[in-house]
Amino acid sequence: MNSATPLLEIRNLSRYFGAVKALEDCSMIVRPGEVVALAGDNGAGKTTMIKTISGVYPPTAGEILIEGKPVVFSSPQDAREKGIETIYQDLALADNLTIGANIFLGREPMKKLFGFLPVIDRKAMAEAARATMAQLDFHVKRLDAPVSNFSGGQRQAVAIGRAVYWNARILIMDEPTAALGVPEQRKVVALIKSLKAQGRGVVFISHNLQDIFAVSDRIVVLRRGIVAGERNIKETTHDEVVKLMIGG
Amino acid sequence: MTSSVDAPPKVDPHIAPQADHADPTKTLVAKVAQLRAWLFLATLIVIFEVWSRASFGGTFVLSSFNWQSIAIFAVAPLLLAIGQTFVIISGGIDLSMGFIMGLAAVVAAHMANLAGVYMPLPFAMLFGILIAVLVATVPGIINGLLISRLKVPPFIGTLGMFGVARGTAFLLAGGTTVPVKNEYFALLGNGRFFGIPYLVIVTAVFVLIMHYVLSQTRFGQHNYAIGANAQAARRAGIDIKAHILKLYMLSALCAGLGGALYAARFTAGAAQAGEPLLLDCVAAVVIGGASLFGGSGSILGTVAGALVIAVIQYGLVFVNVEPFWQFIAVGVVIIISVLIDQAQRRFSGAKQHE
Repeated sequence: MNSATPLLEIRNLSRYFGAVKALEDCSMIVRPGEVVALAGDNGAGKTTMIKTISGVYPPTAGEILIEGKPVVFSSPQDAREKGIETIYQDLALADNLTIGANIFLGREPMKKLFGFLPVIDRKAMAEAARATMAQLDFHVKRLDAPVSNFSGGQRQAVAIGRAVYWNARILIMDEPTAALGVPEQRKVVALIKSLKAQGRGVVFISHNLQDIFAVSDRIVVLRRGIVAGERNIKETTHDEVVKLMIGG
Repeated sequence: MTSSVDAPPKVDPHIAPQADHADPTKTLVAKVAQLRAWLFLATLIVIFEVWSRASFGGTFVLSSFNWQSIAIFAVAPLLLAIGQTFVIISGGIDLSMGFIMGLAAVVAAHMANLAGVYMPLPFAMLFGILIAVLVATVPGIINGLLISRLKVPPFIGTLGMFGVARGTAFLLAGGTTVPVKNEYFALLGNGRFFGIPYLVIVTAVFVLIMHYVLSQTRFGQHNYAIGANAQAARRAGIDIKAHILKLYMLSALCAGLGGALYAARFTAGAAQAGEPLLLDCVAAVVIGGASLFGGSGSILGTVAGALVIAVIQYGLVFVNVEPFWQFIAVGVVIIISVLIDQAQRRFSGAKQHE
């Protein structure tokens, strides 16, 4: 696995806000089928890091490479087109629309009614939704129900499903388990494992060491804008990670 | 499928997400809440039928004259309500529609008269309608730019335009009503085709087109998404600024058409044409099942909502009740309608708006 070209490589990335150095000379890589946890205390730079990777902030210095090729993102849309999908904590779902409509929001498939009248192809959206969700082992019966009818973990699955359908190779997930109850957290962990099995790269931000140890391959710890350390999950312990986070 | 993977991922069955929990009771309650306008309408018809038979032994519902009158009565508020439906679903509101309608009525009358000097009357009529609708979209464009670019809250921006359109309309009308000197215009407003008023036919065609736009096009779909979660819509790549601009142009266009048809019906343009209709049109949308918080509503619901109001107004006159009771009855229906909406939200566990 180490020999594969990294899906995502971040080289010496810095991002300043005026005099504030939110990120200073940070590097990390994500390989295909790898889950990398990004950990750190509040203000350590986790959010700045993902916003830079997902095209929200341009970097002050440093490079982002996708499959070995340097890329520059002009916007989050641009990053998405290049295969990086960010799933924020609030999931960004339109609650009143179906799973299919959410997957296709902004790029709805059209068909011609009676050969001339363009209409949204809801059947195609529902079918794609069913197939995509089945791929995440989430078997939906009511494809015409709005997503507000679904639970937190299921809605997370919809957000992930949208990324999967549009063939995101790298998923950035911001605190995906934070707002969920324990059974739902386990579902999300299962979802992340299935993304890993599909060869996608996942960057996973969490405060919850339990989840990080359950699902990640590697952990990158940020502290006050720098990479404080990087460990393989198999070779580290909770205590060591906490020490890295707080700088003990 | 666009995924590159053939084998389904292995997932521990104990922690796999289960099927959704949309249970049939919730679905039923939601359906009833959605159709509440039609239930109101049916109830009202029954009430007026019983009332009219009891008080003077005549029928209310079986008279085609009654239905023609109700339909004509409903035309103007319905046209405004169609535009308002789009705006309210997006989470906004357009308070300027009533006076944009008045402005359009005055412009239609002036332009039809002016053009009548230079061209055959039927063309002068069409010219008047066209210019009225075009002029009406100007305040719509300004509303849209204020709201989308300058982030003015819709309530305030359109309230300002309410005043501007009102003043402009009265100035153009010279403070009075402008009579239309064009018999074709009068024919459009009062003629019938196999007993169906032309006004009703024009409105019905317009309603069908707008129903298509809202329910079957991307514009309509994005409108619902923006109303529910503008942030999500933006992240999905929808150009919200352009959408909002089109939205307020559309509502102004509806008001413009309403004004032109008003000029046809009364063969006169009056600045105050739409003044009493603003609240009626919002009421029609709300009774029709839309939430003022955005994200829900439909054209067919609004049609039912507009009919509910028209039936109340016409029916109370028909059974000889003092007209002031109309306001009370419409007010009560609005409140009941919103209560049903709230109850349904609570029941379905959807987000509460405090």
